Amino acid sequence: MKYSIFSILREGLRGGKGWTPAWREPEPKPHYDAVIVGGGGHGLATAYYLAKEHGLTNIAVVEKGYIGSGNVGRNTTIIRSNYLLPDNTHFYEWSMKLWEGLEQDFNYNAMVSQRGVLNLYHSDGQRDAYVRRGNAMRLAGVDAELLDADGVRAMAPFLDFANARFPIQGGLLQRRGGTARHDAVAWGFARGADNRGVDILQNTEVTGIRIEAGRAVGVETTRGFIGASKIGLACAGNSSRVAAMAGLRLPIESHVLQAFVSEGIKPTIDQVITFGAGHFYISQSDKGGLVFGGDIDGYNSYAQRGNLYIIEDVHEAGMALWPAIGRVRTLRHWGGIMDMSMDGSPIIDKTPIDGLYLNCGWCYGGFKATPASGWCFAHTIARDEPHKLNAGFRLDRFASGRLIDEKGAGAQPNLH
Amino acid sequence: MRIRCPYCGERSNDEFTVLGDADALLTRPSGENIEAFHEYVYQRTNPAGLHRELWYHSAGCRRWLVVTRDTRTHEITNVAFANSRGEGATA
Repeated sequence: MKYSIFSILREGLRGGKGWTPAWREPEPKPHYDAVIVGGGGHGLATAYYLAKEHGLTNIAVVEKGYIGSGNVGRNTTIIRSNYLLPDNTHFYEWSMKLWEGLEQDFNYNAMVSQRGVLNLYHSDGQRDAYVRRGNAMRLAGVDAELLDADGVRAMAPFLDFANARFPIQGGLLQRRGGTARHDAVAWGFARGADNRGVDILQNTEVTGIRIEAGRAVGVETTRGFIGASKIGLACAGNSSRVAAMAGLRLPIESHVLQAFVSEGIKPTIDQVITFGAGHFYISQSDKGGLVFGGDIDGYNSYAQRGNLYIIEDVHEAGMALWPAIGRVRTLRHWGGIMDMSMDGSPIIDKTPIDGLYLNCGWCYGGFKATPASGWCFAHTIARDEPHKLNAGFRLDRFASGRLIDEKGAGAQPNLH
Repeated sequence: MRIRCPYCGERSNDEFTVLGDADALLTRPSGENIEAFHEYVYQRTNPAGLHRELWYHSAGCRRWLVVTRDTRTHEITNVAFANSRGEGATA
């Protein structure tokens, strides 16, 4: 069923009796042309673009939980393309362009809101770094504006501009950045893929990857063996575990990242604003809750919950940026498991095993990448070679030395 | 999360700095074999379960510790000094 104003009116008059489930609950077939392991945003987007762009429709997405139960429903919903390094700039800008047309494309309201992303700077050195980043973005065709303190004050007068330690000198603004309704993104891609014939197999956990003569031929699951001509792994925090089923060891550590929502308040903050002196980012949801987060906890974790010292750290950073939120109570917090790569950049690539493809290493920035990640991974799977947009996101770059160290902190592990 | 330092006793984990997989980091190769060094620097087993990891008691005794911790529950089952395997307390 196509969603439109007319379908809403028609169903409103019929008491909503004509609505059908957004996707089917099919039984697994014995064999698929492609199986995507992981029904998160990236996996569903991959299936969607495989069907839409490459004409593959005999596809299954295998998910151990339910759709939207992982990181796609746990992030702080920010979308942006304000990156410095060419591999990242072009990739994330393609993602931004896909976000801009996404709702029409998959006929689902993902509440994409280009409210602007503002990165604050607090020192001359930081300003110079932002000037450089802004110039790199503009050279690549991405929008970027440098604001001085008055420019920031006009947008967000409530910030602590005169902070004794970290006064706000200005900010780098990407007006096309913003937020999206995160679980609607998963639902929209799931529905769009299902409409094109993709089987979404929820509550189906992969327990093994069958390899014959150096080629992946299918996955063992809790619902039996499923044969596959090609297998794509998009397992986020569980990437190391699933890749280990194929004998692969990855340059990945799984870490917990916490996020927070306050009680609902009146519209207060129009943009996404990030604190430059600490790791803190905040926006306001349409329900009124302030949505914010900061650093990962820093130790390996699969627990999907974090510890108190990071909660304190994030709230301290929030208070330093915007003292008035001390009057607002934090309502909820939760954790998601991040696949932290050793240089902070993702991997979308083939693997040494024929027919097995890998999408991981998103660190704490995977949500904004969802459409382009799926788009590029679909290309890599369908054509058996990376697209030029993900040509830099190679698995072997750690051995070859072609790291993508966006933070400029040099080539070292534990960068995160 | 609280870590029982063999020297200082039980302390909050924000007194400590974590470095990561002890078994990967404590077996430093000579550097002549590029592939072995790549493994050492970048590749991690990253288990969901018991994980031996290096923690530095930066706001305490400044000793390096090997903490055995379950990454699924954050439960710590053993803490020992990193430079003398076997020595140390059980949490």
